[in-house]
Amino acid sequence: MIWLWLTMLIAGLLTYLIRLSFIQLFARMEIPLRVKRLLRYVPPAVLSALFIPELLLPADHLDLSLGNSRLLAGLLASLVAWRTKNVFLTILVGMAALLILKGFKG
Amino acid sequence: MKSPCGGELLAGVRDELPILLGVVPFGMIYGVLALSAGIPPAAAQAMSAIVFAGSSQFIAAQLVASGSPAVLIVLTIGVVNLRHALYSASIAPYLKKLSPAWKWLLSYLLTDEAYAVSITHYQKGNPNAELNTASSDWRHWYFLGAGLALWSTWQISTALGIFLGQQVPASWSLDFTLPLTFLALVVPALSDRSSVAAALAAGLAAVLFFSLPFKLGLILAGLVGISVGLWSEPR
Repeated sequence: MIWLWLTMLIAGLLTYLIRLSFIQLFARMEIPLRVKRLLRYVPPAVLSALFIPELLLPADHLDLSLGNSRLLAGLLASLVAWRTKNVFLTILVGMAALLILKGFKG
Repeated sequence: MKSPCGGELLAGVRDELPILLGVVPFGMIYGVLALSAGIPPAAAQAMSAIVFAGSSQFIAAQLVASGSPAVLIVLTIGVVNLRHALYSASIAPYLKKLSPAWKWLLSYLLTDEAYAVSITHYQKGNPNAELNTASSDWRHWYFLGAGLALWSTWQISTALGIFLGQQVPASWSLDFTLPLTFLALVVPALSDRSSVAAALAAGLAAVLFFSLPFKLGLILAGLVGISVGLWSEPR
């Protein structure tokens, strides 16, 4: 299993260098104003790309029907997140909604 | 004068706590998945410390299970984690004045979850700005607190998954806690029209590009979202 350890070490180093990349680069150069404007959209864009497919493609296939429990639970959780700004409550309500909806489907 | 570093550190830990609710099940599921992929327990645990990036560890375990070559595993992990370069660029301006040691440490802790709370804290402004000196910014301690809270939880929940094994029934749908965490972080931050546009465009693009190999769709969708956000700004 030595190959697995080597693979992990290289992948870990690669991941680290990706994370360090701009933190290191921007230490020595001035960040252009245009780039700063663009970077404002990193959190909403990347984090949405992470979770929206999980709601719309529950079994790796697009499902926009009312039978898609993950989509319905996600919509309810979004409402809670928007009104309360409370991460803990959002996760709890979303999970509870998913389990209840799945229970109804049997 | 008492330095506010302890307060910032604790605030970072505190703000990371609700997110950990979504991270614990995810770490446990990773531990279970890694073992069932044939990865020895020590290596499965070490991956959580060496790679320290949840979604890429999941995909790595699946690739090991399917007997993929090492080069493919490394490349896939790299592509899945490319989004961290965007986080790196986005948080870099705030870390500019820190010593190299701080930059190296915080880079290691730059995960989705630690980034999300830290960038929000940075964008709120410096709570100690009234001191008005170059050294009055203690917010990197907040980042450190959030990062360490996530790091230790990730290691412990991986270990729990390895030890408890298959005792977590799939019917509990605990994997859903992670998308809920990201949702809980994104939705309250959508304060203007262009960030809503960025989020929706990125989500739509991620769905369209879903079947691309190596999860390439993730980074492409991020770039689409950023472009649409910029383009929809009031001129």
